[in-house]
Amino acid sequence: MWDYTDKVMDHFRNPRNVGEIKQPDGVGLVGSLACGDALKLMFKLDDQNRIDQVKFQTFGCASAIASSSAMTEMIKGKTLEEAEAITNQEIADYLGGLPDQKMHCSVMGRDALLAAIDNYRKGKGFERKVESRVVCTCFGVSEQDIERAIRENHLKTVEEVTNYTKAGGGCGTCAPDIEAILTRILGSPPEEVAVPQKPKRLTTIQKIKLVEETLEREIRPALRKDGGDIELVDVDGNLVIVSLRGNCAQCRVANFTLKDVVEVKLREFVSDDLVVVEEAMAGM
Amino acid sequence: MTIYLDNNATTIAAPEVVEAMRPFWSEQYGNASSMHSFGGQVKRHIDRAREQVAALIGASPAEIVFTAGGTESDNLAIRGAIEALEGSKKHIVTSRVEHPAVHSPIKRLENLGYHLTEVRVDSDGALDLEMLDRSITPQTALVSIMWANNETGVLFPIEEIAQRCKERSVFFHSDAVQAVGKIPIDLSRVPVDLLSISGHKLHGPKGVGALFIRKRTKLLPQLLGGHQEGNRRAGTENVPGIVGLGQAAELALEGLDKEVVRLATLRDRLEKGILDRCKGARLNGRNRLPNTLNVSFEFIEGESILMMLDEHGICASSGSACASGSLEPSHVLRAMGVPFTCAHGSIRFSLSRYNTVEEIDQVLEVLPGIVDRLRELSPFVQNGGSWA
Ligand SMILES: Cc1ncc(COP(=O)(O)O)c(C=O)c1O
Repeated sequence: MWDYTDKVMDHFRNPRNVGEIKQPDGVGLVGSLACGDALKLMFKLDDQNRIDQVKFQTFGCASAIASSSAMTEMIKGKTLEEAEAITNQEIADYLGGLPDQKMHCSVMGRDALLAAIDNYRKGKGFERKVESRVVCTCFGVSEQDIERAIRENHLKTVEEVTNYTKAGGGCGTCAPDIEAILTRILGSPPEEVAVPQKPKRLTTIQKIKLVEETLEREIRPALRKDGGDIELVDVDGNLVIVSLRGNCAQCRVANFTLKDVVEVKLREFVSDDLVVVEEAMAGM
Repeated sequence: MTIYLDNNATTIAAPEVVEAMRPFWSEQYGNASSMHSFGGQVKRHIDRAREQVAALIGASPAEIVFTAGGTESDNLAIRGAIEALEGSKKHIVTSRVEHPAVHSPIKRLENLGYHLTEVRVDSDGALDLEMLDRSITPQTALVSIMWANNETGVLFPIEEIAQRCKERSVFFHSDAVQAVGKIPIDLSRVPVDLLSISGHKLHGPKGVGALFIRKRTKLLPQLLGGHQEGNRRAGTENVPGIVGLGQAAELALEGLDKEVVRLATLRDRLEKGILDRCKGARLNGRNRLPNTLNVSFEFIEGESILMMLDEHGICASSGSACASGSLEPSHVLRAMGVPFTCAHGSIRFSLSRYNTVEEIDQVLEVLPGIVDRLRELSPFVQNGGSWA
């Protein structure tokens, strides 16, 4: 049984600001059904550019619902600049604290807020943009997410990083990677990581072989954990055509997996100019 | 008022069990190994418990070794059998849905160089018997397959598996922690070599269990340092616990056939009620123990459901990631290929002989409302699992 505070239980039982807004100024979406929690946040500004209405919908556990509800209460009446300064720790504090393993719920709240603000400013794209390398392929957590969680919450161990971001909580193969990020930020001397060398120019056959090896080593273990798989269909110049199987095929993070994970890995280990497409879309 | 529907996690000790254990704390507290009659009396009670447990599963008393629970029984069976073979065979067959008490010791052996085959289950949770058959080779040392799954209640074809293992002279262990006392088991007809039992799953005390070791089965003890339990498990006996387990076994055997029918009727009432009245409900597993019901609810999350049930005094459990403190949903549901739209929203109700039809109806009264409420909160309901 989790040790939830009365405040968490109150916001879980009586979540504030549940629902949708007809014509919102900003919308943010984070998480997925496959990951086990997700949050959709909408807001509308008043004529002084303060958050006037805010609504949310959450799929997740008691602390995910409570964190979402708390966050909406905290940002009401604030300007976007004030709202975006709110940290996940402040959301947790508002609730009188969260169990360590549930801190990622507060991070999800903050991330949805940033996504919604971003959506308002740019007028498009509801989802969090991945601006850096994806480290945890099971839960789609980027290096930037991990760095920010470490800095803002003074995290010291891989376990803490997992509690706050979920990174490393699936197949666990990215644990050394998280360790390296921790070492870098905490200021210990960086360790040499042996990365397989990328050959200069490749024949198509070499390219196919290398792509297949990279998929097997870097991508499949994580996908298979979730009952999914990826298959190489064809390599056409710099176009890599793949097909996704099982859970991944319908997963909300599928786009994310394809573009951001597979492509990043293939560019890292095979060739900088590769573009990944899914089989069904290849002819479009 | 508490409505306890989490009996696969643990059960209440029957009043008769508590009563049977009582004298062994401060009256008959002797050591069964002592040379005086004060200790000697105690030995008689341990022997009687051994007979009671043996009777429940159609074994002979000499084939029962008392342990500190299901986990120890599983470890003793697996490691003891493998060590007895002294590395002459290096392959182990098990299933993808075993309890960690089986899975973890086998994984340890894998790290020590043993090969592993984990037999598949289908979407109903049924074991792929053909795959199991194919995977047994002359190199196979041990097959370990549970009798009934703790999360879904799905029963495996133990008689057939035992027969096949016997034909090929392979050790067969079955974790029957969830099955013993809930369904009839007769080991005089089913050639299992090793079978695990736990006290607290059948209204006995916690921290006591038993391992059935068929006559002439070679097994190396894992706890050393005493001659107790026929040199198969060292340590001064947990006398109150053993007596309690014996009493629980006797109670379970009384009227077992009738109880199976009564429980199945109650469970089916709950199952039908939920599937009829709750939106997005889906059954996990078929061909099950009479007391177990595992259902998933689309687009909502299990821990939230549990917490809301808890407000009504209803105790159940969930295979959702959040509820377990891990980040991944149940390995059993994933092995069955339960769609990701449902995997995080599973709830297990497990009944016991103390549950009543009123309790079941009370659950059916509140659960549909809980599901509706959480669906209102979920961003996925309107769009069939996708955003926007
Ligand atoms: C199938 C199964 N095996 C083993 C165990 C472990 O038994 P114990 O709790 O007595 O150690 C359990 C209990 O959770 C179980 O359900």
